[in-house]
Amino acid sequence: MDYTLLLIQVLNGLQLGVLLFLVASGLTLVFGILDFVNLAHGSIYMLGAFICASLTYVLESYLLAIVLSLPIIGIIGYVFELFLARPLYARDHLDHVLGTFGAILVIDTAAHLIWGPAGIAIPLPDYLDGQISIAENIEIPTFRLLIIVVGLTAAFGLLWLVNFTRLGMLIRAGASNRTMVAALGINIRSLFAIVFALGATLAGLAGMLIAPITEASLGMGNNIIITAFVVIIVGGIGSVKGAFVAALLIGLIDTLGRAFLDDLFKIFMSTTAAENSAPAISSMSIYLIMALILSFKPKGLFPPRLR
Amino acid sequence: MQFIRSFKFLVLVSLLVLPIFFNQIGMSFYLDLATRLCILAIAAVGLNLILGYGGMISFGHAAYLGIGAYAVGIPAHHWLYGGLDFLATTNGFMHITIAVVISGLFALLTGLICLKTKGVYFIMITMAFSQMAYYLFVSIEEYGGDDGLVINTRSEIPLITLDDPIQMFFVSFVSLIFFMWLIHLITNSNFGLILKGIKDNEARMISLGYNVYLHKLIAFVFSGIICGFAGVLLGNFMTFISPEMIDWSRSGELMFMVILGGVATVMGPLFGAIVFVILEEILSSITIYWHLPFGLLLIAVVLFFKGGLSSLLSK
Repeated sequence: MDYTLLLIQVLNGLQLGVLLFLVASGLTLVFGILDFVNLAHGSIYMLGAFICASLTYVLESYLLAIVLSLPIIGIIGYVFELFLARPLYARDHLDHVLGTFGAILVIDTAAHLIWGPAGIAIPLPDYLDGQISIAENIEIPTFRLLIIVVGLTAAFGLLWLVNFTRLGMLIRAGASNRTMVAALGINIRSLFAIVFALGATLAGLAGMLIAPITEASLGMGNNIIITAFVVIIVGGIGSVKGAFVAALLIGLIDTLGRAFLDDLFKIFMSTTAAENSAPAISSMSIYLIMALILSFKPKGLFPPRLR
Repeated sequence: MQFIRSFKFLVLVSLLVLPIFFNQIGMSFYLDLATRLCILAIAAVGLNLILGYGGMISFGHAAYLGIGAYAVGIPAHHWLYGGLDFLATTNGFMHITIAVVISGLFALLTGLICLKTKGVYFIMITMAFSQMAYYLFVSIEEYGGDDGLVINTRSEIPLITLDDPIQMFFVSFVSLIFFMWLIHLITNSNFGLILKGIKDNEARMISLGYNVYLHKLIAFVFSGIICGFAGVLLGNFMTFISPEMIDWSRSGELMFMVILGGVATVMGPLFGAIVFVILEEILSSITIYWHLPFGLLLIAVVLFFKGGLSSLLSK
């Protein structure tokens, strides 16, 4: 097998993995702490991409656009929490699902009205557009490497925030017993709002990072949200560490499956049969992995301790 | 009570009579609308069995509609273009058999895994499995992939010509009545009572000695089969099937019908489907951005109406 190709595909898989983590970590935090199912999380990811694209054209700088878009997405997340999520906390999950499904329709159609049906590409500045040579004869795009670095930084930042800061301590306490935290004099409502805005910002960041590669488009949120669900189910809902491990696992399996499964199948079946069945199997691979893991560990790889 | 009963009867009679009337005065559009309504209502009735009576919130029931429609499309495709001779047929009973077997198997295999989990896990896993079906059909080039598959010949059933819109409507209407009657029987049977008991208090049913997992699985499979049958009708009605019909937003619309109409009622899913189809028709005739007001309405229903339309009736 061609090892250069393998290395590049592994890096692509890592890139998908860190993006999935950025989306899934917000979902898993919001669910783990607020017990709230947010289907519209993918729409916030999409909004991140669109807002960043527009600002890039206004400011003529991609990096500046990101810096400005992050607080905007955070505020959108906060407003979303205030008007839709907060009234629904006391309801059952069915109402969460329906309410946020309505929010998806509203946000997606609003984006359609504002930005039009076509996608918006984001031009990269020259210093990000090149290739970096990481070994002899192996070059990878600078920007993809940057995505991996930024994603990993955000991931470790989040793990640090949750595990080693006062805010993180409150978040974990709120997850295990919110009534007790409130009784100890912590404003649980603003804590929830902060967590929600934080999750939205992370998802928005993922959208901003992927936009220069795939362009900002209307369906992008709904495409990633299901995969993000698979990630948090596999990782164990509520566990940031689980989301991290599962995101990298799913990212790698999905990318490598699409790239190499037909070669693998050719070893033990005819070429035509392999070429016909490989796309079907690789498109289902992550769901099959999910099914496999759930049959052994119904609560995911790292189930959070019971409250 | 008398009033509600006669109201429900009136709805059913007008659902039968009005479309035929409009068709006779040359407005065949309303007949097609009513056919689509009946088919969606059957799927909603099927979903209601597990969502309403069993408390299992499945967000993946569009997959069964898709499987049913592909069970018409794929055999018809091979019948016309050759290949896979054992599958090539235009016989409607064969289509229904294939749809029932495949959707039942899909429900059984995914149900075995989904039902080990509860709550949010269950919602997300059913969603993920239906998306798996979506990507599966997208990736099969022979059946049109993303672009979908045109169904050139409708299912052939003795004495019935589905090419005739009025007969197509009658078949859908009668099927709907049949499944509502069946759900009425099931939910008043011993099995249905156990199912409702599981919804109310699963731990109690376990300690009473019932095999909860098995009862839920049977309901899950049966619900999938009903939606698979609705898919056969949908394929015949649209003469076209594409993976887009399996997309999870379709599942969301089915859930909307069940919730809006009122869960765990025989007529609820029908009311929900009526409101959904009429809303969709009115809103999309005003603006192509009809999802915006529809989404706002959905949020409003969730925030302000608990219990759906049926609860308004029974007040």
